[in-house]
Amino acid sequence: MLAVLETTYFLSILSFLGGLKFLSSPKRAKLGNTLAAAGMVLALVASIVAFSADALPRLNLILIASMLVLGTFLGRIMSQKVEMTKMPQLVSFFNATGGACAMLIGVVEANQGTGLTWVQESVLLIGSATGAIAASGSIIALRKLSGKLKDRRSIGLQVLSKLFVLSLIALVVLIPLDVIGLSFFQGTLIVVGIALVYGVLFVLPIGGADMPVVISLLNAVTGIATALAGALYNNKVMLAGGIIVGAAGIILTIMMCRAMNRSLLKVLTGSFNVGSGTKNDSREQNIIQTNVSETALQLTHATRIAIIPGYGLAVAQAQHLCKQLEKLLHQRGTVVHYIIHPVAGRMPGHMNVLLAEANIDYELLKEMDEVNDEMSTYDMALVIGANDVVNPAAEEDDDSPIYGMPIIRAHECSSTVVFKRGMSKGYAGVPNKLFEHKGCKLLFGDAKTSLQEIINELKLV
Amino acid sequence: MNFILENLSEVYFICFCILIGVEVIANVPAILHTPLMSGANAISGIIAVGAIILLLQTPPTDYLNLALGSLALLLGTTNVAGGFFVTHRMLAMFNSKK
Repeated sequence: MLAVLETTYFLSILSFLGGLKFLSSPKRAKLGNTLAAAGMVLALVASIVAFSADALPRLNLILIASMLVLGTFLGRIMSQKVEMTKMPQLVSFFNATGGACAMLIGVVEANQGTGLTWVQESVLLIGSATGAIAASGSIIALRKLSGKLKDRRSIGLQVLSKLFVLSLIALVVLIPLDVIGLSFFQGTLIVVGIALVYGVLFVLPIGGADMPVVISLLNAVTGIATALAGALYNNKVMLAGGIIVGAAGIILTIMMCRAMNRSLLKVLTGSFNVGSGTKNDSREQNIIQTNVSETALQLTHATRIAIIPGYGLAVAQAQHLCKQLEKLLHQRGTVVHYIIHPVAGRMPGHMNVLLAEANIDYELLKEMDEVNDEMSTYDMALVIGANDVVNPAAEEDDDSPIYGMPIIRAHECSSTVVFKRGMSKGYAGVPNKLFEHKGCKLLFGDAKTSLQEIINELKLV
Repeated sequence: MNFILENLSEVYFICFCILIGVEVIANVPAILHTPLMSGANAISGIIAVGAIILLLQTPPTDYLNLALGSLALLLGTTNVAGGFFVTHRMLAMFNSKK
């Protein structure tokens, strides 16, 4: 029996690895997801069969079966219903459920467990603490992504946050050594409580624009919590699955930071050079406004057009109109490319998903790095719903808070039209220097309406 | 030190898992970051196995722990199912744009 279980676990681990590997290649990604899901089902079924070998109370089995059915049902409903723009929130939510699961397992084990060695007790404490941090942190990240929570930074918060970390570390060491005089269960509850609050404190000061990095990091934290639970149960599939997710999550986090040219440390402390940007705020910007007809006319004369989409495009649900515009221009023999900033949208790769939803051809999507050196070959750029990612201040003005962030060099195109709702600033809260460039015009209004009107005009010519 | 020597094979296991985890996603194009993160998130739902083991060893009269364990399993399963379904949905979109 044990041999069968361990073999099944081994197969599951292989399927996770194969799944992640395949998920990294565009052609086989779908197969990868199916493979990993199959491995998961295998591991769950094998665990039920193997551990219920001796006569088992019916109540427990009924509970397990119904929770499995209910959870699958809930997960399915949520994943089908969510709008693609809210995808990052959903991933964050699922991460919170995983973290909460790890936390609860620790609590129940502490309540039941007797005869744990102090190593096991520490593992349990760290496991439930990391689970709790991932859970509450993910919920805060989710609320920030939906714009329901603003960034909070203060010295008090920083001090508090450090105090919580220190007390967590102290408790994790002291409780298993039995020097405090609390029962292990009480100690676990206190640790979990502190960890929950710490998760909130940890995410609160981090800027909204950095949320993808945080979600990826919290995903890795859940992986670590899973691995620790695996160590506690001496369960290979949990241990391997958790570590693989933890390692992959940390690498992904670092890759994201690199894409934004931010150091992980700066992200975590929420430092965005806040103060320095303010002095530019008072200065009036000289901007040139344009209108729909003029833009449409300009489009008919252009031969190579770069569309630079941002999150605003997706929020306005204008991807489909973008596709129509691209088709019309294509019929006239115009080359149209979409230039994707690595962190466009709310997550790396999010914009690709959003454009794919509108059936936009994969061939027309260009990564920023691919085309940034030849931006001047485009005679027109349409910036739709993007702001910070085309702000030349990131390259020119070392006083700017976003200095050093990689940008798409839209300012090198001979003409640029920026679709904007109003003069509000982007996510980073910095004035956009692109607007002052010669050849840059602003088209005010809802992106969807503007696009529709341009399409109507283009159909007439 | 003794602890490490006694659990040497576990230490090896952990180190290799870390190496493989890093290596397996080292060359991902940015376009796949979101599905990959979502897929990895689903895999971390393997924590549900822990909840199953927990529920199977809890005495049927221990209602508090049964309730907490059930909640844990529900959350874990939601993570697994939701994660894989949503990844599937994202990837299905990539496929339809031939």
